[in-house]
Amino acid sequence: MTRADLAEAVHQDVGLTRQDCAGLVERTLDLVAEALEAGETVKLSGFGVFQVRAKRARMGRNPKTGAPAAIDPRRVISFRASQVMKAQIDGSPAAHANGEQER
Amino acid sequence: MIKSELIAKLASENPHLTQKDVERVISVILDEMIDALVGGGRVELRGFGAFSVRARPARAGRNPRTGATVQVRAKAVPFFKSGKELRERLNASGDD
Repeated sequence: MTRADLAEAVHQDVGLTRQDCAGLVERTLDLVAEALEAGETVKLSGFGVFQVRAKRARMGRNPKTGAPAAIDPRRVISFRASQVMKAQIDGSPAAHANGEQER
Repeated sequence: MIKSELIAKLASENPHLTQKDVERVISVILDEMIDALVGGGRVELRGFGAFSVRARPARAGRNPRTGATVQVRAKAVPFFKSGKELRERLNASGDD
């Protein structure tokens, strides 16, 4: 599935023009990206949480040559799926029943 | 940022749409992504990232309270890998 499929689904469901829908999908992703860029946590209930984490500098290795290489401190995104999403994807009846309480 | 803030922002940028429309748009986007993953599919959003499903094998776990060994069944779990452009945007602050 790609942006185009999402835009088409929105068009079919909401009935706005295809062009409008494509723009809305794009802008939605962009607003999430902007918030993350600003270091904000993005919580989308029923979907999951995107969080920015800082990684400190460390020594790594070039996996091809084995040569040591410094890895600069950087920011990465961690995504935690909601219990709802996890239960749907795992698809087990128990997970559906306990989905909301399970931690 | 939470979902309602995302909706409010998107609505303010699109004065020709009602708040209800925008709520619907966001909910369709998120639901469609989950539906695609439920079938084992992949959601690839260039520049942003990709959602996929990973298989976790069954394993022997432990009840942390009693120490008893319990069998944990194989699971399918959602996974997100951030896109190159987003990773670069996150680390673009001045030093490159």
